[in-house]
Amino acid sequence: MKKHSAPEIKKETLYLIESFAIEILKQIEKGQFPTIELPARTTGNIVYDQRLRQYVLGNKVIRRRASNVKHLRPLTQLTWVAYIASMLIKEGKSSTLRDVFYMASGSDVPFSSQDESDRIITELESILKHPREHFNIYPEERSAIFGDLDIEYTVKGYEGRVINLTMFPDGVVIGPALASSNFIQTSADKVIVIEKSAMFTRFIEEEAWRKFNAILIHTMGQAPRSTRVLIRRLNQELNLPVYLFADADPWGLHICQVIISGSANAAHIPELATPDAKWAGVYASDITKYDLPSEKLSEVDLKRLKELLRDPRYQSEPWKSEISYFFEVKKKAEQEAFSKYGLSFIVDEYLKARLEELESL
Amino acid sequence: MLSKESFREISPADFFYRNRDIAGFSNPSRAVYSTIREILENSLDACEIGGFPPDILIKLETLEYTPSGTQILKITAIDNGTGVPHKYVPQAFGQVFFGSKYVLRQSRGTFGLGGKMAYLYGQITTHTPLHVITGYHGKVHEYLLRIDIQRNQPIILKESFVKRSKWHGVLLEFNLEGNYRLASAKILEYLKETAMVTPYANITFIDPDGRLIRFYRVTREMPTPPRETLPHPHGVDVEGLRRLISTSNAKDMKTFLTTSFHRIGPATANSFLSWASKIMKKHNLKKLNPKKLTHEELVMLARCLHSYDGFLLPDASCLSPIGPQLLKKGIQKELKPEFVEAIARKPSAYSGHPFIVEAAIAYGGNIPPGIKLYRFANRIPLLYDESSDVSWKVVFQLINWKYYKIDPNNDPVAVAIHIASTKIPYKTVGKEFIADRPEIEREILNAVRELTRKLSRFIAKREKIKYQSKRFNVFKKYLPVMVKYAALTVNRPIPDISKLLKRSPINDEET
Repeated sequence: MKKHSAPEIKKETLYLIESFAIEILKQIEKGQFPTIELPARTTGNIVYDQRLRQYVLGNKVIRRRASNVKHLRPLTQLTWVAYIASMLIKEGKSSTLRDVFYMASGSDVPFSSQDESDRIITELESILKHPREHFNIYPEERSAIFGDLDIEYTVKGYEGRVINLTMFPDGVVIGPALASSNFIQTSADKVIVIEKSAMFTRFIEEEAWRKFNAILIHTMGQAPRSTRVLIRRLNQELNLPVYLFADADPWGLHICQVIISGSANAAHIPELATPDAKWAGVYASDITKYDLPSEKLSEVDLKRLKELLRDPRYQSEPWKSEISYFFEVKKKAEQEAFSKYGLSFIVDEYLKARLEELESL
Repeated sequence: MLSKESFREISPADFFYRNRDIAGFSNPSRAVYSTIREILENSLDACEIGGFPPDILIKLETLEYTPSGTQILKITAIDNGTGVPHKYVPQAFGQVFFGSKYVLRQSRGTFGLGGKMAYLYGQITTHTPLHVITGYHGKVHEYLLRIDIQRNQPIILKESFVKRSKWHGVLLEFNLEGNYRLASAKILEYLKETAMVTPYANITFIDPDGRLIRFYRVTREMPTPPRETLPHPHGVDVEGLRRLISTSNAKDMKTFLTTSFHRIGPATANSFLSWASKIMKKHNLKKLNPKKLTHEELVMLARCLHSYDGFLLPDASCLSPIGPQLLKKGIQKELKPEFVEAIARKPSAYSGHPFIVEAAIAYGGNIPPGIKLYRFANRIPLLYDESSDVSWKVVFQLINWKYYKIDPNNDPVAVAIHIASTKIPYKTVGKEFIADRPEIEREILNAVRELTRKLSRFIAKREKIKYQSKRFNVFKKYLPVMVKYAALTVNRPIPDISKLLKRSPINDEET
C-alpha cells in the first residue's frame, strides 16, 4: 500500500527532475551542447493502447539541442521550469499554472504568454512521465471528496495530522494537501464518482455513503487531473471498485470515459487513468426505463455522439449500445431528473439497482 | 448656305502656340516645371557636346503676383556649354524647328522645340523679350529677341558685341507666368534624378524664396559624346528615302545605298539589290539611277529595305550611354545606398533605331521601403505617367520579386533604368513615358533580372551575417541562464561555458 504513497511519488519526481538537470550539466562538462529527448506529443504519436486501455504516446521522440538557435530558448525555459518544480517539491509549496507564468516574469527567463509557460510545463510532464500535480503545480478548479477514509497529511505544517473525510458535511476539497496525503484506513468498499456538486450534496444528505458503504467524489464536470490521480490511487492502493455517475448525454459519457481511459491531451502521463472504473449511468436506456423528464438532443450533441461512435474507447459495451440508443430516442437527461420520484429515489432505488446489476457482472 | 472655308498656312510657332498642351505647357505649374527641364537639358547637351563638365545655374525670382494666384517669374540660366555661333543666335532662339538636333545622334531633346517652347510661352504670358548672352570662340555677344509667332521668325530687338573673352556658354533671361509652389516638388525631384545620371555636373538651383539647392559633381569623367550616323535601312520610311535620294549625288543604286545608309557596304548592297530585283521584278536594279525610280518603285524599295534581314544591326557609336560606373556613382551620391550595382546591356535595335539599355539597382541607405523606379531616357528623368511606361511593366508586373527573396512592399529598393537611343519611342510629345516595344522590353527585363540576382545575393549574404550575429547573441543570452538553473536544481557549482560560447556560431546543426 505504501508503494505509491504521496511522499514516495514526490521523491521519485524530484529524483527525475534532478536527473534531467544532471544530464544537462554532464554534457556541458564534456564540452558539448546539451541535447535532450522528449516524447513527441504530435497527434500522429498519440495512440490508444488496447492493453492498457488508455491513450499513450508512441515511440517518436523529438530532440532539443542547445546548439540549435531555435531550440535554445525553449530548452532554457524547460530548465528553469525544472528548477522551479524541484524547489516546489523541496520547499513543500504548491502553485498554479498562472503562478508559474508570473514567477517567470520576475526571473531572467522570458515567457511571452501563459500559453508558452503552460506548454513548457507539459513538456516537463512528458519528460518525467508525471503529472504536474506531482511537482506541486495544481489546477485552479477544485473537486471534493467525502466518506469514511482516514488520511494523513504530508504537507508542511500538517505532517502526520490525520483526519477522517466524513468530518465535514460539505466534503473536503481535493486540493494539493489532500492530493499529496497518505491513505491510512477505510471501511468503505467502493468509490462513487459524481459529475455534479449538487448531486454530491444530495448523496451526502441521503447518506448514500453509509447506505452503499462508499467514498463519494464529485468532479465538477471534467475531472481535474489531481482528482483522476486520487481516483486511481483509491482503486489501486485500496483496491476499491469505482463507479462513475454522470448525466445521460454525450458530455456525461465522456467525463466517465476520461476517468477510465485518459485523454489524448494527457497521453504523455501514465497513471492518470483508472481502467477498472465502471460507468454506472445515467444510461440512455434509463431515460425510457425510468420515464425520466428529458430534453431533445441538440445538433451539437448529435455531432459529438457521432464522434464518440468512431472513438476506439467507445467500442465496448455498454458504451456501444447506449450510444446507439441515444440515436434512437434522440433524448438526453440530467441526474436531477430522478427527483421526479422524490429526492431519495436516486439513491434508494436507482443507484441500488444499478450497483447490484454491475456487481453481479 | 455654304460659307467659304478659309485655308491658310500656319507657322510651326503658331501651331505650338495653339497646341501648347502637347508640349508640356498645359497649366501654370506644369509650365514652370517644363521650362526648367527644357533649359537644363539644352544646357547639359551643350556642355557634353563640347566635352565640358557642366556647371549650370538656374535661378527663379518672383517679379509679381497676378490676381489669379500665379506669379510672374524671371528665370536666369547660365551654362558653360559650347555657346552658340553668333550668326545662328536669332534662329536658334527665335525660330521653332531650327536647331542642331536634326541629325541622327542621341541628344536629350529631339524636336528642337523644348527650349523655344519655353521662350514662346514666356513671351505669350508676359509679353517680354528674351535676353541672351553667349560666349563662342573667344567672343561674347548679347541679344534681345522676340519671336514672330505667325511667321515663325525671330525679331532682333538688340544685338551687340560685348567683349573678347575665353568664356563659353549661354546666359538666358526671360519672364514667364507660372505657379512655382505647385511645381516645386516635381522640380526638385527632377533635379535630383538628373543629378543621379549626371554625376559629372554641378547643378545649382535658386528657388523664388532664395533657397539654394546644389548638386555637386563627384567626378569629371564624362560619357563619350555620341557620333553622327547615317540612317539604318530598317528605320527609313518612304519620305525619308525620297529625301535621301534627292540629296544624294549617287548615279546608281549601289553607290546610293553604300553612301547614304549605315551598315551597307558593297557586298551587302549587292546581295540586297539582287534580292530586291526579284521582289520588285526589275532587272538591273544595281545600275539604275535612284532619281529615276517611280513612285510605286520608291514605295516598294522602302518596303524591301524594311524587310530584308541581311543587314547588320545598327551599331551604337551614335549612342552615348552613361556607363555603369557613372550610373553607380550618381546613385551612390544621391541615394547613399548600402548596395548599388549597375550594368549596360549590349546595343540592340528596334525598327532600325539603335538603343542601349542601362540599369542600376540600389538597396538601403536613403531609399524608403518599397520599390522605387527611376526612369531615364537619353539621360532625362521621366517623372509623369510612370505606370504607362515599359519599365514600370517590367519592374512591377514581369519581375517576381518574391522569387529573389525581396519583399517588394517593404525592402528599400531603387531601380534605375536608362534607355539611350537615337529615337526614343515616346508615346506622346510630352516625352514622359516609353512605349513597350518588345525589343526594348526584353532588354530591360534581362537587365533587371541580372541586377535582381546580384541584389538577391547581397541580401542573402547580409542576412547571413545578421543571422549569425543574432544567433551568437541568442547563445550569449540563453546558454548561461540554462546552465545556471540546471546547476541550481542539483546544488552544484555553475560550470564554465566560455569555450562553448566561442564555438557556438560555427556549430550550426539545424534540425
